[in-house]
Amino acid sequence: MNADVLHPFILTLVTFLPAAGALLLAFFPRRDRDIRWFALLISIVTLLLSLHLPWHFATGQSGFQYEVNKQWISMPNAAFSKAATNIHYHLGMDGISLWLVILTTFLVPFSVLISWKSIKDRSKEFFILLLVLETAMIGVFISLDLFLFYFFWEATLIPMALLIGMFGHGRKVYAAVKFFLYTMVASVFMLAAILWLYAHTGSFDFVTIQQALRSGQVAGFQTAAQWLFLGFFVAFAVKVPLFPFHTWLPDAHVEAPTAGSVLLAGVLLKMGTYGLLRFSLGLFPEQARSNAPWIMTLAIIGIIYGALVAMVQPNMKKLIAYSSVSHLGFVVLGIFSFTQAGIDGAVYQMINHGISTGALFMLAGILYERRHTYEIKEFGGLATPMPIYATFFLILTLSSVGLPLMNGFIGEFLILSGAFQSRAVYGILAATGVIWSAAYMLWLYQRVFYGTVKHEVNNTLPDMSGRERLALWPFAVAALIMGVAPLLWMNSIDPAVARVVENVSQQKSVQMQTPAAAPTVPVTENVSQVTGR
Amino acid sequence: MIPADAYLRILPEIILSVFGIIVMMLDAVMDEHNDRKSLGIVSAVGFVAALVATFYQTTLAPAINTTDAATWWGMIRVDNFSIFFHVVVILISLAVTLMSFEYLSTQNIRYGEYYALILFGTVGMGLMSCAMELVLLFIAIEISSISTYVLAGFRRRAAESTESSLKYFLLGSFATAFFLYGVAMMFGATGSTYVADIARSLQNGAPTLAYLGIALMIVGLGFKVAAAPFQIWTPDVYEGAPAPIVGLMSTGPKAAAFAVLLRVLFGTNAPGWFWIIWICAALSMTLGNLGALVQQNVKRMLAYSSIAHAGYLLVAFTATKDMPLGISAAMFYAASYAAMNVGAFAIVSHFANAGEKYVLVDDYAGLGRRSPVLAAVLTIFLLSLIGIPITGGFFAKFYVFSAALKSNLIGLTIIGVINSAIGAYYYLRLIVLMYMHEERAEVPVQPISFGLGLALAMGVVATLYLGILPGRVLNFAIASAKVLLP
Repeated sequence: MNADVLHPFILTLVTFLPAAGALLLAFFPRRDRDIRWFALLISIVTLLLSLHLPWHFATGQSGFQYEVNKQWISMPNAAFSKAATNIHYHLGMDGISLWLVILTTFLVPFSVLISWKSIKDRSKEFFILLLVLETAMIGVFISLDLFLFYFFWEATLIPMALLIGMFGHGRKVYAAVKFFLYTMVASVFMLAAILWLYAHTGSFDFVTIQQALRSGQVAGFQTAAQWLFLGFFVAFAVKVPLFPFHTWLPDAHVEAPTAGSVLLAGVLLKMGTYGLLRFSLGLFPEQARSNAPWIMTLAIIGIIYGALVAMVQPNMKKLIAYSSVSHLGFVVLGIFSFTQAGIDGAVYQMINHGISTGALFMLAGILYERRHTYEIKEFGGLATPMPIYATFFLILTLSSVGLPLMNGFIGEFLILSGAFQSRAVYGILAATGVIWSAAYMLWLYQRVFYGTVKHEVNNTLPDMSGRERLALWPFAVAALIMGVAPLLWMNSIDPAVARVVENVSQQKSVQMQTPAAAPTVPVTENVSQVTGR
Repeated sequence: MIPADAYLRILPEIILSVFGIIVMMLDAVMDEHNDRKSLGIVSAVGFVAALVATFYQTTLAPAINTTDAATWWGMIRVDNFSIFFHVVVILISLAVTLMSFEYLSTQNIRYGEYYALILFGTVGMGLMSCAMELVLLFIAIEISSISTYVLAGFRRRAAESTESSLKYFLLGSFATAFFLYGVAMMFGATGSTYVADIARSLQNGAPTLAYLGIALMIVGLGFKVAAAPFQIWTPDVYEGAPAPIVGLMSTGPKAAAFAVLLRVLFGTNAPGWFWIIWICAALSMTLGNLGALVQQNVKRMLAYSSIAHAGYLLVAFTATKDMPLGISAAMFYAASYAAMNVGAFAIVSHFANAGEKYVLVDDYAGLGRRSPVLAAVLTIFLLSLIGIPITGGFFAKFYVFSAALKSNLIGLTIIGVINSAIGAYYYLRLIVLMYMHEERAEVPVQPISFGLGLALAMGVVATLYLGILPGRVLNFAIASAKVLLP
């Protein structure tokens, strides 16, 4: 295959192309038109390049593909002289990260399109931040070195906070600082946990640490494991955000510019659930299992609470923001069900949520550009002056509530069936969330689009422009295809999830056979390599 | 008869002193209305020459890497450790000199001694890192301190500058007296003032007097590095002193004092200091960060932040289970703190304007719109001070805490990690003001001059280099740590 030539570079290329574009953009003269076109060009090229990834992805395999593993920073130290002590530039993707990367590269060009007219002031800074953010987000999903992961994880923080604080509206500064401090404070605990792992295993490499922990030969791990799990968990839970860590989210969403909301909901929240799936489950399967009951309880509280609060919001954007809390609760529930169906569904739902909620935020932004308000009571009867807009909104609403044949249905169905397998009561409670979500979304739709036009000014609102339609079409189509042909995605997601499930459940069987205190000797061929070392 | 290679050992110091004298002599013949920029350029050349001399020393390594009674009576040793700190302090002084051109002309200060004093101060800092004998160390500390006492009072027309200078002088001489007492006790305990002899004598248990000596020396050096509980002077002194000089004294003499502290604590097998340093570290981080939270003056805020950073750096000292790791972490931290803090003060000094009028946090509102380049550069430094990835500050913190955890110092690491989260708040406040608030028209923004631009470029390049490719510097620090240990 000719494309093999690209394999060693493709991940690096996709990750750093946007940042390189941002660097070039810094030297552009301040002419808005050129800047916009250039940002669009860069993000589209990145999208096209990233399509190489699923195209050549070996679907049947569960391991990491397109791996790059180069020494980055050498950290010689006295206690561990093995080569593994260095920080590596280690990238790789499996079926889970594959689609999250594609989701990221897919959302950015349309975020650029949707900001075409709305960002008038300081547009250079805006697009630079957007592109830097894209690099950091992609990096998070494909880093296999904990140092590198943390590096990208923190790197998403500044551009996003600046996007909210510089280009948002209303209480933008408050929202930006709150967002920054919440996530920053939470992630230092993850840093402490990463440092502990490094100090005791002598490595930052995800795979190496995973095998070392599994072999049970890491001194002091038994006592520290719960704290380490919590260190990672807090960082991810704030990002998701899991109830009760969610209070930054509505503020950030409401005040953020449209593109910021799209990427925040579409990608940044997924960093949290991805982290739970990859690191919390991957590194600490035992602790994940023992903590699952209360985490699932929080997830269910999040589902129901998010939905109920969404229902009473007078502000359209805040409503969508709270619906995110509810939807992400589903994802966490699926992850901690530890079943094939549940985690498959969770991964699928991550992508769905990026598509449908991202698009809903874009639609809300379109309305804001026309009326400069998100208040639901300012609208009503919009289906008459804006029929195309109403249609798009309907399709994406239905996708969000999980109507069969739309993408949301597949994800929620799989998660619920996973939750039932794990414990029926979780499934039953979570299933009510589906009803709630239909209630608040359809009620929103009814209040905004049906009935007669109450405010005179709404009669003259122009329908979607060609550019706006261009930005929304792909979302509507994706929502439909993902609902009809999930196998296109599942083929690559399934094996990766199977590996996660195997990792979580295997530990259980080993634990039951051997006394907890004795070092366990796992049985898979991966692990025997480690123990043979 | 002193052999020729003896002079090679102190070549950077010789060059700096010669240039200092040249600057003083040129100053005498200069017209009094001249803004002395030419003298600044001469001293910048001096720093570059000293830097070259330091690199030249590395090529001679085996020949001069030992202490040898025949050359300077074994008081000087040129090794990786001394070269590391030489490079750091010379670069700091160079950057400070470059940013001073513009500062002195806006503040209307026309004294050539300014540059000469920076040169002489650097001689002291350089000697602090290569002296192997405690009395020479004391003299080196005095050379560097006295230069900074005078420099702190250079804004003669401002009362707070004189206050700053006097306060610094009185408390500073008090502190050096403590250090000298410590040296005397050490001599009493071990019969020698040579680091190597002391190390040999303390190898098998230490007399009580040695404990006292170490404690007194820590008091003296704790003052120099502004570590709590010896930090009270810092905010007042930093507030009054000229901004570029604050950039110098918060990094240069501080880095050199840390070098001395490393030498005294690790090089001599010194006993019983672990908990003293542990407490100093925890106190400095906490008091520094809490104090900085409520400051309205940028210079005072950065003063408290420098106390906090001294605390992070001391955390590395306590990583005694794996000493080379801890020492190299401390050295790396000193270097990256220098890069970001000198840079930050370059912007403060540029922005302060005539009479240092604009040094309040609120004066920075809207800087992002009015001067995008300055704002972006300051943001990089502030992010580095917070400890956000791709900056040197992040990697330095990362390395310090990982060294601490390797020595099982979980408590201190947690205090440090919580502190860096608190610290994020006040640095962030400045970023928020710059980018998210309305600009204030009455605050003037001058164009960036060449010297300042060069100093800023040095800061940015160093900060990013240490954040992205720290490998070389780290390896060098590790190698230095190994020669430091007895």
